[in-house]
Amino acid sequence: MIAKRITRRKIVDKLVSSLALLSVVIAIIPLAGVIIFVTSKGLSAINLEFFISLPKPPDEIGGGIGNAIQGTLILIGLASMVGIPIGVLSGIYLAEYGDNRFGSLVRFMADVLSGVPSIIMGLFVYVTVVLTTRSFSALSGGIALGIMMIPVITRTTEESIRLVPNSIREASMALGVRRWKTILFVVLSTAKSGIITGIMLSIARIAGETAPLLFTAFGSDVWATGLNQPISALPLVIYKYAISPYANWQAQAWGAAFILLIMVLVLNIGVRFVARGRYRK
Amino acid sequence: MPPPLLFGKKESKRARKFLSGDSIFKKLTLIFALFILVLFLLIFYELYSGSQLSINKFGLGFLTGVEWDPVHQVFGALPFIYGTVTSSIIALIIAVPISLGIAIYLSELAPRRFRSLLSFMVELLAAVPSVVYGLWGLFVMVPWIRDYLQPFLESTLGFLPLFQGPKFGIGMLAGGIILAIMIIPTISAVSREVMLAVPDTQREAAFALGATRWETIRVAVLKYARTGIFGAILLGLGRALGETMAVIMVIGNRPQISLSLFEPAYTMSGVIASEYIEATQEIYLSALIEIGLLLFIITLIMNVFARLLVWRMMKMFRGAKE
Repeated sequence: MIAKRITRRKIVDKLVSSLALLSVVIAIIPLAGVIIFVTSKGLSAINLEFFISLPKPPDEIGGGIGNAIQGTLILIGLASMVGIPIGVLSGIYLAEYGDNRFGSLVRFMADVLSGVPSIIMGLFVYVTVVLTTRSFSALSGGIALGIMMIPVITRTTEESIRLVPNSIREASMALGVRRWKTILFVVLSTAKSGIITGIMLSIARIAGETAPLLFTAFGSDVWATGLNQPISALPLVIYKYAISPYANWQAQAWGAAFILLIMVLVLNIGVRFVARGRYRK
Repeated sequence: MPPPLLFGKKESKRARKFLSGDSIFKKLTLIFALFILVLFLLIFYELYSGSQLSINKFGLGFLTGVEWDPVHQVFGALPFIYGTVTSSIIALIIAVPISLGIAIYLSELAPRRFRSLLSFMVELLAAVPSVVYGLWGLFVMVPWIRDYLQPFLESTLGFLPLFQGPKFGIGMLAGGIILAIMIIPTISAVSREVMLAVPDTQREAAFALGATRWETIRVAVLKYARTGIFGAILLGLGRALGETMAVIMVIGNRPQISLSLFEPAYTMSGVIASEYIEATQEIYLSALIEIGLLLFIITLIMNVFARLLVWRMMKMFRGAKE
């Protein structure tokens, strides 16, 4: 009787363990599927022309997504100009001066902000910037993406500054260095790799964002001419080509997806190496 | 050369303190921290004032109206609310058990040297851009659903109205499945974190009483971490409710309320993204912005609630460990 119960418990134990392992396998399948399909279908669409030339109408063979790559890089640059200063400085506030109720509130809201759907950010910038300036623009796209970078950078900056030992701050201040100079030149440079990790993660997060760009950057078929003009981006091209009925556009969508996926994966894996270096020290 | 005297001698000490680098720097960082709060109020204010027109015209009927007819300027959001909620529920039904399995495996069962590699791979799932999931979903998953999953569901569970209807592949079911794939990393990463935060003394106590590994997980880990796990699920739900691109590409985008999961549907974020460009009349745009406002409020509530649960949980553990 008792022996029977023990075997039953052991069987249940084994069963649950294998179910848990099974869930990991199930979760890896779509990841593997996406990587395999995007790579195999994407590689066949890629050649030199694909990288450097402009899109062509669907009935013409060839053409590329050069302007979309250019656009994505410009948008990332603009977004960084918005997101990095705000994120890093508010992160400094939270770590150095934020042990009070106001600090907790900001910390909490930064976490909540990262859960606000990206399309809401797009709609917000559309209402405030695009409708006011009466034009879709690279600038508005950069603002929308930049806002989305803020919470990630804020929290990672705060966390990595908190890891800096107090003895370093004290050493600097004992030499007569003012607190703000200590923070800017001693604490920040010690926390550098953590902050860079956060910035890279936030760039990886926004590089593939499509929804906010629909309302702001809008997309274009030509090279970027100015920041007040609509601009193309890789995710926008993927979306436009994927839902189009033309076979050669669909093939190019896979090519663009391949480039985007490589970008995002390299950033993520790169972050892992930067972070690992930090812990080894 | 001494600095020029800006103030009289009496105020000079206070003035110097006010103008000192330290104080300026602190205020500067404070302004940027304040910006995060202002941003919230600004988003809410802009969406609220943008939707005034529609709120005044349709009132609460906006939430219950099933008609969406831009030509006659009749706007009811119920089909979109239905689409968003139902696809998210499907996503949760699929994703929660799988994510909990992953979290349990990664925090309790996996051999130590595989743990970080496996967690990293699951996190990579979250890094894939949603438009890439959409592309994959449209050309790989949808045909698979059409050719295999839908015939299978119809032949086994076809007596339920849920699994009857046209077999396009595209539809509510496809939307739910793609969402499930996208929220698995969120739910499993956060639940793994709360499970790892459970003090080892809990586990040791259970083992000492002769519990098997699963019994330990059940009584010591899951029970102890349930608040945090619930928070993790809410975070996943928040993400599913707001997700746009991948769903737009596979759900069919037809504003209707149908019991059948095979039928096309339309989500709140989907209608905003695909119709804002046609919204040339003010009332049309206003109706879309009101949908945005609703979505903002719903996801905000989800996130605030979820974060509170996870935060409280982590704080409690820190207390228990000390």
